[in-house]
Parts: sequence; structure tokens; C-alpha cells
Amino acid sequence: MEIRKELPEIFEEFSEARRNGFMAAKKFKESNRAMIGTFCTFMPQELSLAMNAATVSLCATSDETIGAAEQDLPRNLCPLIKSSYGFGKTDKCPYFYFSDLVVGETTCDGKRKMFELMGEYKPVHVMRLPNDPTTKASFDAWKNEIILFKEVLEEKFDTVITDEAIKNAINLKNRERKALKDFYALGKFKPSAIEGSDILKVLYGSTFKFDREETIQEVVALTEKVKASYEQEGALEDKPRILITGCPIGGVTEKVVKAIEDHGGRVVFYENCMGAKAVEDLVDENNPDVFEALTEKYLKIGCSCMSPNPHRFKMLDSSIDEYQVDAVVEVVLQACHTYAIESTSVKSFVNKEKNIPYISVETDYSTSDVGQLNTRMAAFIEML
Amino acid sequence: MLSIGIDSGSSTTKGVLIKDGHIEKKIMVATGPNPRRTIEEVYQKLSEDENVYCVTTGYGRDLLEQRDKSVTEITCHAKGAVYLCSDIQGIIDIGGQDSKVMLLDDHKMVKDFLMNDKCAAGTGRFIEMISRLLHQDLCDLDDYVKDATPAKISSMCTVFAESEVIGLLAQNTQGPDIGLGVIRGICERTAMFVGRLPIQGKIFFSGGLSNFESIHQELSKALNKEVVTHPLGQYAGAIGAAVIGQKIR
Repeated sequence: MEIRKELPEIFEEFSEARRNGFMAAKKFKESNRAMIGTFCTFMPQELSLAMNAATVSLCATSDETIGAAEQDLPRNLCPLIKSSYGFGKTDKCPYFYFSDLVVGETTCDGKRKMFELMGEYKPVHVMRLPNDPTTKASFDAWKNEIILFKEVLEEKFDTVITDEAIKNAINLKNRERKALKDFYALGKFKPSAIEGSDILKVLYGSTFKFDREETIQEVVALTEKVKASYEQEGALEDKPRILITGCPIGGVTEKVVKAIEDHGGRVVFYENCMGAKAVEDLVDENNPDVFEALTEKYLKIGCSCMSPNPHRFKMLDSSIDEYQVDAVVEVVLQACHTYAIESTSVKSFVNKEKNIPYISVETDYSTSDVGQLNTRMAAFIEML
Repeated sequence: MLSIGIDSGSSTTKGVLIKDGHIEKKIMVATGPNPRRTIEEVYQKLSEDENVYCVTTGYGRDLLEQRDKSVTEITCHAKGAVYLCSDIQGIIDIGGQDSKVMLLDDHKMVKDFLMNDKCAAGTGRFIEMISRLLHQDLCDLDDYVKDATPAKISSMCTVFAESEVIGLLAQNTQGPDIGLGVIRGICERTAMFVGRLPIQGKIFFSGGLSNFESIHQELSKALNKEVVTHPLGQYAGAIGAAVIGQKIR
């Protein structure tokens, strides 16, 4: 497979920040390494890292390309799917543009069918994710999908991915996970050491880095820096401690975090997939069967696409205690049925088992609901 | 001890002056296109150039420079409703452009709430739009729908309901029957919304629509429980704001 190295025609029209993104991606590609784009935390990045490819997140978080997407996709679809598709279609995202292969998963019907359309203008490989994490049949099926994905990579990029290389990548990813875990665990400090918006910036930013060793070093250094300033300059003002759960957030949906923190609350933990969901558990480095080790880890991700979904409730349970959470805010993107339906069980769990308040907010990638979000979050925090 | 509470809503701006726990003065004016000027006018009239502690609430709560504090309408409506009627467990507020429902705990503090602020269905705006279509003054609504047989209105989207009402008029359905049908539709929809919170006891109905006896009755029917209201129900938010001011001083 020929690796893409040239810039898109539309390049000249971009803002400086975006042009820099393109130039950085182009520079990376000129080293003759592949770039693999992912949409979801279920994608076992260890495999693409094992062949020395950059692995970047393509989960889009802005409404910029939703108009373009709606020429092909229905309007009442989740904004994440429309935005991601739109960025792919319009060559506006450097990571999508320079991705030599896009890997999707059958997490929901919307994404599954969107990937069919995306396949018309981009090489796409879809991993068929089972939706019950508790059975042996699901385990076997997901393990087969992971092996198949490895074979697809080997064939497309004319390479061999050895178990040894996968083991090294598992070690690398685990070290990255530990670094990120230590960083977001700063949220445990009471009174706080760091604003929730800053935690999110770092977690979100780490999904676009080409060099993982560099990410690890940066995140470790940052954690030390925050700890040092906590010891020297003292804590931030104590505020009601909020846990965010639900759909992925980042980019424009940071408006929810801002609404919370501007109105007297502080986000101390992100349970959603930009946060701890896929980072908290490591891959077992002692298992001699690397594919089994990967299957075990990735099938345990507590996404609402799983039914039943015990792992999400397990993480909510322990993190509410460990982070001394005062209240839970769930973010549901418009038309995300699985999170919207599961919000009923989450509310009941949070209210009745953990005895703390819960609110769910539905939002999209526009800024038109900022006023309403502010009122809702302010009222919720006044209630605490 | 004096305090002022002002509720800058989407349709009307309400203000009250409370002295030692009692309402001394109240004002209500249309918010109009310049909510900042309106809230300032209300403040001037209530304060009479004295320096009185002022708490604001509602959509325009941050527009008044002289405010000492702004608090969301959820907290204020709950405080105001409890001031007007102390033995309640829940509140339904139907305002000009949104509706909200609140559940109170044993200490009469807000325990949980829901807001419908995504569309005008089931709000004052919706009733206004239908009244316009029927060429009917909103003030006479109760008399207008008295003894009517409610027509079935299936669409609760403000835009679609408008075409549905026009269709019903074309079929010679009587205006009062349409009016009552719309009220019933709103109340049934509100009841479903309320059903999402476990309110056991008495519910207070506040906001602009609580002045209409026809709506009050239909809402009690749809909820199948005791719904109470108060002549000052529309001032609940402003009263709550002033009550908060009394406690701070």
C-alpha cells in the first residue's frame, strides 16, 4: 500500500493552527511510516503500534463539517458520527487525511452504517464488536476479530507483526496508561490540585500525538509539576466535586465542563471514553497469548453499546468513592440511543446505591444551548 | 429588613419587595425586546433609589448591574413556592418559554429537577400562539373554554400544532373545543414530564399559566393528584429571590 505524503488541495484555506497540524502530520509521513486512524477506544492500538505506525483518534468534536455530512447522512444522527464523517469527506482533518487506514468498530448502528459510506472514499476496516461482554462466545469472536485485524494490517502494509513486537507495544501502551492514570488521579486531591477543564485538555490532547514515548514523558512531567505546585502554592478552593459520565466529550462539548466550573463546581473525574473508561485497566503482560490478553482488556470497556454493561457500573462505583464525588453529570449526545437509555439505570444507581445527586444533559456540537446548559448546571450545583 | 427579588423571564419581568418576611410591593411588566432596560425599571420602581439588597433570577438574571446576587430560577421557584404554600413536595412551573418540575426533600430543599427548555411545546408561548390563531384574548381563556368538549390535538410541536389547528378550523370544529383540546394536550404532556420524578405529596403550580383555572383543573386531572396554586403563583420566582435575600442579610 502506498503511504500518503502530499497535502490536500484545500490546504491553503486553513487557519495557521490547522496548517501546522497538517505540516506535522506530513513531516511524520515523510519518515515513511503509516498512520492509522481510529474512532473508538475498542480498537487495540497495540497492533498498529507494533508495526511502528502512528495511531491517531479521528473522533471529531466540532460542528464545522456537519453540514457537509448531512448531504449524505440523516439529520437526526448523533453529532459525533456526522462530524467525523464530514471531516473525512472534506479533507479538513490532518489526521483523517493522512490516515492510510481508518479502523471502525460496530459499536452502534449509526457508526456501523456510516462506515459503509466512508468506505467509498477512504480505506476502512471495520471490527465487528460483540455486544455482550460476559460470554465465551463474545470473547472468542472478539479475539478472532483482533487476529483478523492484525492480518489486515500485515497484508495492507506488507509487513509482519510478531508476537514480540505486540508484547513491546503492550508494554508501551501500559506505560502510557499508567502515566495518564497518574495524571487524572490528581483529581483525587481534596481540596483540588487542578481544574477539571485542565485534566480534560491533557487527556484529549494525548489522543493526537504521534510519538507515544514523548506523550508519556510529557504527561509524567506535568503530573510532577502539578504535585509540586500543590505542595508549594497550596490547593485550589474547595468546591462541589463532580464526576462526568456518558458520551465522549472534548472540543465543543467542553462547554459542559465550562458550565460546571463557571458555576461553582469542579470536575474531578471523567468516566467517559475521553477519560478513564479505556485507560483504567491495563493489558496483562504476563499472559503468553498476546491476543487473549488484548481481548480480555478491550472487551471490558464499559461502553453503553454493551448489554449487559457491568464494567461501567463497577467503575462508577469505585471512582465515586475514590474521588469523593458529590454529584454525577451525564452527558448524552443527541440521538445516542444507548447512552440515553442507559441513563435511566445510571441515575437509579447513582441516586439509590451511591446516594448522591445525578443530572443528565442532552447536547450536540453547536453552541446554541450554552445558556440553557449554564442555567441547568448552576441550578444543579445550587442544589448540592 | 428589606430585600428585592426580580425574576427576568422570557415574557414578563416580575419583582417583589419583601420587608421582614412580608411582601410589601410587587410589579409585573412585559419583558419586551430590551430585557436589560426592563429589569432596571423594575429595580428602580421597587428600590425607590434606596440601596436595597437585590437577588435576581430568570433568563435575564445577569443583566442588572445593581444586583447583589443571582440565583437560578430552579432554586428561586422552589423557595417562592414554599413561601406561598409550605406543605408541598413538588413544583410545576410553566413559563413563557420553558417548563420545569422540581422535587423537594423533607427540608423543602430542591432534591431533583427537570427542565424542558428545548422547545416551546407545552409552554406559555404555545398557548399564546393558539390564542392568536383563534382570535381570542388570552385573558378570557377560562370563560372561552368553559363547557367546551376538548378536540383531540395530537401534535404537541408548536409548529405542527399550528397547521393541525388550522385543519380543525377548516373542518368547522368550534374554537372553544380546540382551545380546551390544546390545554388538555399540554397538561397531559406536562403530567408525563412530572412522572419522571417521584413526587408523592402535594404539587404547587407556578408560572404565568397557573393563573388560568381551566389549566389548573386539567393539570390536576392529568396528574390525578392534588395540585395547588396561589394568586401570586406567577411571582414565585421573584418571591423566592427576595426570600433568599432576606436570609443573606
